Amino acid sequence: MNNLYREEILEHYRSPQNFGFIENFSIKSKQTNPFCGDEIEIFINWKSTNKYKKKQISVGEISFNGYGCAISIASASILTEYSKGKAINELTKFSQKDMLRLLGVEVSEARKKCALLALGVLRDCLYAT
Amino acid sequence: MKKYRDDFPIFSKISSLIYLDSASTSQKPQCVIDSVSNFYTTYNSNIHRGLYKIAEMATLEVEKARIKISTFINASSPDEIIFTHGTTEGINIIMNGLKKFISEGSAILLTEMEHNSNLVPWQKIAKEKKAKLYYWAIDKNGQLCDEIKDEYNNIVFTSLLDIPLLSIVALCHVSNVLGTIVDIKKIASLLTEKYGDKNKPFIIVDAAQSAPHFSINVQDMGCDFLVFSGHKMMSPTGIGILFGKKKILKEIDPLIYGSQMIREVSKNLTTFTESPQKFESGTLPIEAIIGLSSAIDYLNRIGIKNVRMHEIELTEYAMIKMNKIEGLTIYGPLKSNDRSGAISFSLENIHPHDIAQILGDMNICIRAGHHCAQILHSVLGIQASARVSFYIYNDRDDVDLFISGIKKVKSIFKK
Ligand SMILES: Cc1ncc(COP(=O)(O)O)c(C=O)c1O
Repeated sequence: MNNLYREEILEHYRSPQNFGFIENFSIKSKQTNPFCGDEIEIFINWKSTNKYKKKQISVGEISFNGYGCAISIASASILTEYSKGKAINELTKFSQKDMLRLLGVEVSEARKKCALLALGVLRDCLYAT
Repeated sequence: MKKYRDDFPIFSKISSLIYLDSASTSQKPQCVIDSVSNFYTTYNSNIHRGLYKIAEMATLEVEKARIKISTFINASSPDEIIFTHGTTEGINIIMNGLKKFISEGSAILLTEMEHNSNLVPWQKIAKEKKAKLYYWAIDKNGQLCDEIKDEYNNIVFTSLLDIPLLSIVALCHVSNVLGTIVDIKKIASLLTEKYGDKNKPFIIVDAAQSAPHFSINVQDMGCDFLVFSGHKMMSPTGIGILFGKKKILKEIDPLIYGSQMIREVSKNLTTFTESPQKFESGTLPIEAIIGLSSAIDYLNRIGIKNVRMHEIELTEYAMIKMNKIEGLTIYGPLKSNDRSGAISFSLENIHPHDIAQILGDMNICIRAGHHCAQILHSVLGIQASARVSFYIYNDRDDVDLFISGIKKVKSIFKK
């Protein structure tokens, strides 16, 4: 019945991937969701072969930190895992719809804020780079 | 109160509905729904204007509602009852009206428990007038402390009587998160004793959470203003009540100008009607007033004391069961007599949204978030909480189902 809380999501929540800090990050960004107090901060270390060409800059290291509900933590875990090694221009194309698809569960309107929080933070990192 | 549940058609339409969010808004009994539909089918018209029968009837019903509400809260006259769109609007009308009495350096006292509606308007006016804004602190049981701490400026007043130039005291009668009942009468008499009736600070009471459940007597309480919303007490949305002492209402300006509140207009001068019409600009939500009137009749038939007794009994039952659940923490007063039927809690470190969502999928409706009380949640040291709240249509079966839902949440998140 509870598709939203299927085991895979709960596993990401209990032991999130890429949780923690990166010491020498190239960029970090944070967002909170005032509605429920969730907070996600993402750290990225870029790897570039040519720093003037965005398609040649990709995610070297990525991590996240923060707190939140199962959906927002699982999304951050899944998104950071997905982003590893991806080039900036590839990630810029990654849409909200893509994020929900990646999450693989049906999310109600009210919970979309939770599911999309990490993506918002990732985008801030991309735009600032 | 199984019998009352039958008066609410939503429960027969959705037989599996376990509604535990009445502090947010209440369900509506058939008699209220009927009164609204009866208005539209038999005497729909505008009030105070038409010279025909149905308009007279509508005007009469609205004025009857005013009298009924005046009696319900024991105001000294129906002229002290103003129809608003809800608690929030009521507080904004008061804030706007009283701003001429707030001077630079004077003090406004709130509590840490206030709903944003009774906080943000005062914060705004304090900034505008360079007045001081103090928050009365709560102790670990969610009761107001004796002293008033201004942590920002590192000042502690041992009593509210020590606050210099205190001009406004705005507080909730019952907290929408902690369920704490504030002894307004005690506070009002302390202030009256020290300053005298004429010079005491204005006392404003947010009764959004108390009016649906408690017997209210504004004269006994000694407040200057009191506000509440109809939708939390079984009436339609869009209607609220502002009680104000006649003498003060006479002196203050309305928030909104135009339409009904006008006596005479010439090209460069307009005169206004007296209170309460002075504050009721535009066409009122007539059907909601008629619905509220019917809701008050319904509450009077049950007896507000019985409503409160049922709430105490159910709160007691729920708290005993909730306390038995390992990892569940209840916020606010421990004894059901000292609190309303709104019980906020946290469960281990499971996010309240996850709790509410899993229960929601079982058709058990509870609330999760900061309940428009962010300051309170930061005082409690939490981001958000989950809340159940009861009304006359709830019974022990609802509590039992809620408890088994909580056990299910725990099992989903265990490990
Ligand atoms: C204590 C308190 N004050 C004010 C309000 C705001 O009421 P309304 O949204 O009806 O204006 C509420 C409702 O949630 C409340 O619980």
